Amino acid sequence: MSETLLSVKDLHVRVEDKEILKGFNLEVKKGETHVIMGPNGAGKSTFGNALMGNPAYEVTSGEMFFNGKNVLDLGVNERASEGLFMSFQNPLEVSGISLSNFIRTALEQRTGKRIRLWDFRKEMKKALAVLQMDQSYADRDLNVGFSGGEKKKAEILQLLMLKPTLAILDETDSGLDVDAVRTVSAGIEHFQADKDSALIIITHSTGILSSLHVDATHILVDGQIVASGDASLVDEINANGFAAYDKEDAAE
Amino acid sequence: MADNVKKDKTFVDDIDREMYDFRFEEKDVYRVDEGLTPEIVNKISEEKNDPEWMHQFRLKSLEIYNKKEIPNWGPSIDGLNMDNIVTYVRPNTKMHAEWDEVPDDIKETFERLGIPKAERESLAGVGAQYDSELVYHNVKEEVAAQGVIYTDLESAMHGEYADMIQKHFMKLVPPTDHKFAALHGAVWSGGSFVYVPPGVSVEIPLQSYFRLNAPGAGQFEHTLIIVDEGAYLHFIEGCSAPKYNIANLHAGCVELFVGRNATLRYSTIENWSKNMYNLNTKRAICEEGGKVEWVSGSFGSHVSYLYPMSVLNGKGARAEFTGVTFAGRGQNLDTGCKIVHNAPDTSSVVNTRSISKSGGISTFRSSVVVNPQAENTKSSVSCQSLMIDSESRSDTVPAMDIRTDKCDIGHEAKIGRISDDAVFYLMSRGISEEEARALIVSGFAENVSKELPLEYAVEMNNLIRLEMRGTIG
Repeated sequence: MSETLLSVKDLHVRVEDKEILKGFNLEVKKGETHVIMGPNGAGKSTFGNALMGNPAYEVTSGEMFFNGKNVLDLGVNERASEGLFMSFQNPLEVSGISLSNFIRTALEQRTGKRIRLWDFRKEMKKALAVLQMDQSYADRDLNVGFSGGEKKKAEILQLLMLKPTLAILDETDSGLDVDAVRTVSAGIEHFQADKDSALIIITHSTGILSSLHVDATHILVDGQIVASGDASLVDEINANGFAAYDKEDAAE
Repeated sequence: MADNVKKDKTFVDDIDREMYDFRFEEKDVYRVDEGLTPEIVNKISEEKNDPEWMHQFRLKSLEIYNKKEIPNWGPSIDGLNMDNIVTYVRPNTKMHAEWDEVPDDIKETFERLGIPKAERESLAGVGAQYDSELVYHNVKEEVAAQGVIYTDLESAMHGEYADMIQKHFMKLVPPTDHKFAALHGAVWSGGSFVYVPPGVSVEIPLQSYFRLNAPGAGQFEHTLIIVDEGAYLHFIEGCSAPKYNIANLHAGCVELFVGRNATLRYSTIENWSKNMYNLNTKRAICEEGGKVEWVSGSFGSHVSYLYPMSVLNGKGARAEFTGVTFAGRGQNLDTGCKIVHNAPDTSSVVNTRSISKSGGISTFRSSVVVNPQAENTKSSVSCQSLMIDSESRSDTVPAMDIRTDKCDIGHEAKIGRISDDAVFYLMSRGISEEEARALIVSGFAENVSKELPLEYAVEMNNLIRLEMRGTIG
């Protein structure tokens, strides 16, 4: 199967007055896992936010098509309804709504269908178990008082429950200890098992990638992808860092 | 789905209050002349078959009313012309203990408000006020068996508890308090009387549901609750009124007497129509070790003046006030609370949220008084405001009058806006912008909703959702 899910062409994105993405290109097919790596400030998170439609990120030119639809025509929640998902680097705390009610509301709004509480609880229990999260998390207010690691797990929980077609994981591994990385990886593997969906992992370290299957790796420097390759590129970065891809040296 | 989302966004201006703004034709048997004279008050008194002391009390109150000035320190009530207020309307039905005997049109109104269902489910008794009289009143048997009295005030004045009422009625809120307290004393009608005997703990909340129905009619219900030594009660009042163009006035009065080591929780969700002048007076007094817990949600109305007051008169008495106020377009809601510490070791906790939107004005006023004898008093006041847009307004006016050094007093005020990042976060999961904002605002008001029984919390969140509608366009 080589059906194109996401196609991004010559994307330029501005944050406040600064151009961050300067001609970004990416194509993701169903069932694939892509990794975007790069030094701090290269624009990795900017891509995720622009794709998801964060109003603070202004797309000045270029195009993004997802599932054949022009993403730029869609509002944030419509993008989610189409099957896009982004796990946040810093998930927001929202008091007054429990994690489980939030996910249920999101599912119902996205699909326009009522979800049977019984089925939902069963699914939720399974997903919590995969992430080794206590069942009591379901009833806690969304991210309120969660530790950094718990917030990251809660994001992956949402990934497993909402079952998007394309998920962007933005620095999901940052700030996690070894055990937590392993648990989160297990959650991601679970998601990968669905061959109709695809994954973009944004990271600047390589720890989380050791146990995951990767189809393509892209190096993002100063707003452009300067190199792409298969999973072996990850090992190369591991050995040599990003120095070889400094702007001047990047000939592509 | 995408189409629906777009359609929703075209909503502008006022919210859809259709589900609250319904009414039936008036069928009043009796309606007094507009404007207020001793003759009218005499008529009211006669109609109600007042005992003579009450008749005299009304006339005395009317005198005070005519002498008192309209308050000039809060939101304008110029739109209110007392000469046009028909003060007394009562439906053509007598008290009913059985739902089946309530006239159909009245029953239908209540059914749309969900009263019989609420009663069936978890509430101990329903005293519902249709216009000025109680038309339906019922206390579940097990509560009555505990010796708890829950009845309308009028009949209580003639029964076994007549002396108790004479002893307490408007002693906490005297007619001299302000012009609208005097008005209330002159024309009060309907309301509830609750007496919980010593040591009795009422496990399920008692509920009373008020609403106005007649155009131009004021509502002056009186609630008198006495919780005797060591007893416990949760009393809930909820209001919803239909919308009219003629100015409507609500000048109710609530008096709560909390005995030694007794606890009274008093919850209200008020949802008045947007032309209502809500000038309500609520007050509680706590004896030694007694505790009053106010849970208050103020929605609707054109203008509100509402500052429930707690007088902590006995050693170790406590007061908690938890409130939320939502002021939308054309609304000026002036709410808050007052705590008077009159005895040692007393404590008070005030925790309020106010929300303003579409040019609505929300003012929080608090007053904490600590008298010299109230040593080792603790008081903390926390008030948070959320402004939905830049045309709305939110003010905080805290006052403190502290007359002893031996006390611990704290005050905290925060004003904020909805975070764009939080809206984006919720939307990125497929939730519409409107829903995302409503969720955030509901969460903000959680201090109140988590204190309410589930069905009331749900209703309050629905109200917030209704009020939030149309904030984006």
